[in-house]
Amino acid sequence: MAKKLLLDKVHVPGIRSYEVYRKEGGYRSVEKAFRLTPAEIVEEVKLSGLRGRGGAGFPTGMKWSFLAKPEGVPRYLVCNADESEPGTFKDRYLMEFIPHLLIEGMIVSSFALGSNVSYIYIRGEYAWITDILESAIAEAKQNGWLGKNILGTGFDCELYVQRGAGAYICGEETALIESLEGKRGNPRIKPPFPAVKGLWDCPTVVNNVETLAAVVPIINEGGEAYSKIGVGKSTGTKLISACGNINKPGIYEIDMTISVEDFIFSDEYCGGIPNGKKLKACIPGGSSVPILPANLLLTTAKGEKRMMNYEGLSDGGFATGSMMGSGGFIVLDEDQCVVRNTMTLARFYHHESCGQCSPCREGTGWMERILKKIESGKGEMKDIDLLWDIQRKIEGNTICPLGDAAAWPVAAAIRHFRDEFEWHVLNPDKCLTENFGLRHYADPIHVTVTA
Amino acid sequence: MADEIKTFKVTIDNITIDVPVGTTVLNAARQIGGDVAPPAMCYYSKLQGSGGKCRTCLVEVAAGSTADPRPMPKLVASCRTTVMDGMIVKNITSEKVKDARAGVVEFLLLNHPLDCPICDQAGECHLQDLGYEHGKAGTRYEFPRRTFEKEDIGPYIQLHMTRCILCYRCTYVADQLTEKRVHGILDRGEHAEISTYISKAVDNEFSGNMIDVCPVGALTDKTFRFKNRVWFTKPVDAHRNCDTPGCCGNTTLWLRGEEVYRVTARKDEWGEVKSYDGKPGWICNTCRFDKKKTSDWTIEGITKVNRHSVISQGKYDGLVMPKETIQKVMGGREPKLLMNIHDESEVNDPKIYLSEINGPAHSRNFEN
Repeated sequence: MAKKLLLDKVHVPGIRSYEVYRKEGGYRSVEKAFRLTPAEIVEEVKLSGLRGRGGAGFPTGMKWSFLAKPEGVPRYLVCNADESEPGTFKDRYLMEFIPHLLIEGMIVSSFALGSNVSYIYIRGEYAWITDILESAIAEAKQNGWLGKNILGTGFDCELYVQRGAGAYICGEETALIESLEGKRGNPRIKPPFPAVKGLWDCPTVVNNVETLAAVVPIINEGGEAYSKIGVGKSTGTKLISACGNINKPGIYEIDMTISVEDFIFSDEYCGGIPNGKKLKACIPGGSSVPILPANLLLTTAKGEKRMMNYEGLSDGGFATGSMMGSGGFIVLDEDQCVVRNTMTLARFYHHESCGQCSPCREGTGWMERILKKIESGKGEMKDIDLLWDIQRKIEGNTICPLGDAAAWPVAAAIRHFRDEFEWHVLNPDKCLTENFGLRHYADPIHVTVTA
Repeated sequence: MADEIKTFKVTIDNITIDVPVGTTVLNAARQIGGDVAPPAMCYYSKLQGSGGKCRTCLVEVAAGSTADPRPMPKLVASCRTTVMDGMIVKNITSEKVKDARAGVVEFLLLNHPLDCPICDQAGECHLQDLGYEHGKAGTRYEFPRRTFEKEDIGPYIQLHMTRCILCYRCTYVADQLTEKRVHGILDRGEHAEISTYISKAVDNEFSGNMIDVCPVGALTDKTFRFKNRVWFTKPVDAHRNCDTPGCCGNTTLWLRGEEVYRVTARKDEWGEVKSYDGKPGWICNTCRFDKKKTSDWTIEGITKVNRHSVISQGKYDGLVMPKETIQKVMGGREPKLLMNIHDESEVNDPKIYLSEINGPAHSRNFEN
């Protein structure tokens, strides 16, 4: 069994309540953090090598050290709980079953960053979790972990939960800030970055739920001990929300030293593909990351086993690799149609585009329509090249990463599954009743041996 | 010297200039002028916070600054990127920029109805200019274009949502010029639309400026609607003593004979309102919609038209030719013309000034 840092107490009965959580060693990190200076906590987090768990994987300690600290201006910590990526549901699990872990992490982080008012911006659809978090915050406040002069240290901290209104775009940090300010959730144009001008034009740090929760074990065990878990620059543990055609979908905490193959097929984790089907493809990090065919998923282009960590999954760049993303692990078996899957994702991004900048506003809808056309057997060969051209013109030319997120799945699907797209075009009737199937997507990759 | 303004050296398309610290790449390029200035559909220098949305002004930064000469990984929006000392920017000399810009133009025109023949903005439309300069001949879009429910936003302004490119300029006008904004962007993504809150009319003294800032024909003057084409009217500068606070009283009248067809704010070569004493020359609705007689105005003379190709075809006396920078961009080399159109066709021979023709131009005016 791999070491669990976040979820080891999640099955303790009643862990959602303050009494049980405290008895199990909760809020130790707050006590410890108050014996350190804020700068020392930031140093511990830097030392731990913790990388943002929201998708981009930016080193958290570095992000914290970028925070501007002008005199007399409040600073804010905002927890990004607007988890709306298709395939990702790890934050929901964390907040629903062990809410005090997030609150504990937020108190420590608020202290480290000097934020006296911190916010949890939660996805609107997680309505019941708002209640869970709010009652947990009330419990924490009752027991003196929040409010004025916490534990007699003179540090004040208030925590508020704000519900979103059902927009994926509000998971982008500047759109989230706009929405939190009560405005239309349009991403801001950067620079200035939130670390300089964020919430109400004050320096702000926006972190993912899992990132803030991971601060708790870092403080408890020390940054250095945390950095020893995992491998290379992928330190600590990562929550993976596995779904799709697997025997045991759910949330798994991995220490990033296992291979993708083990993760899918071992009984400890996903438990293999049901009904004796074969693995065809996988989206390893939530809907916006590139899809990989089975052969490239399990082995890298160099012929090595692909590991479940930041470096492993991105090995080979976008040509032969993917990304860790937010950990939404979607497995497709041989009966799944990649064209249909891509169309579903394109529809999602079309629906969720904020409409602020032109490439994303117009391009996402265009891609969806073309994919729908191909999927319904009305496609032409030129449509595949057109799709490629559209995604190329969206990627990198937009204000926020939603444009990239919309372009990458389409690009990867065409890059690796062009045969399947062409089959749809060439077999307009057949594609309505049959699937392309596994074909060569699991065949071993030819690795050129260099002397 | 405390008063000395610190300047940065920036090179745009092989032309180096000094600009004050804090200048954006777009404004630096506008100082050079000509083709070097990137097109801007959403940025409006007189409106705070505008820009960054349309992505037509994307440029390549080949070197960030002298201190950090690394190139920027992505194309950047020049309207929202400030120059650094020693920055090297590529606009028309970059293939990447041309490609991306052609893409943006295609995206902007994707759902645009292309109803220029019946659009009042035709002839002074930035999207027409943009499409002409940077776009492709045809579209690759084969699906029905999006439509919207028609909405009446008051007696003065006509809203054509299908033509809108969502530059957000009109919302900034309402925010920064008027007391209370009653219109905004509803909905999101492709369905985002300019609208008022529950069909409320846009009604305040400065709402007409929304028409002037609109780069396309989404917001047009109802009092001028279908009355004439802009290139048939003669623009003259005029002023009156307006007692509305905030109104500069300096306007352009668009005449046909003695009849005032339309009143607009005066615009500069970038299509933005001119500034007077450092303040943008916005005009009030009284000047714009109610003063439609030449006797209301003191006419100063013919407007210097210098941006919009179609209007300038009228060959007015005051025509200012756009600055030619190509030779400088190409390091002194002269561009090679495939054909000089004036040698080929007499109709294009600019010997006759249309402003001297009484009434609309006719083919017989060209018969010598």
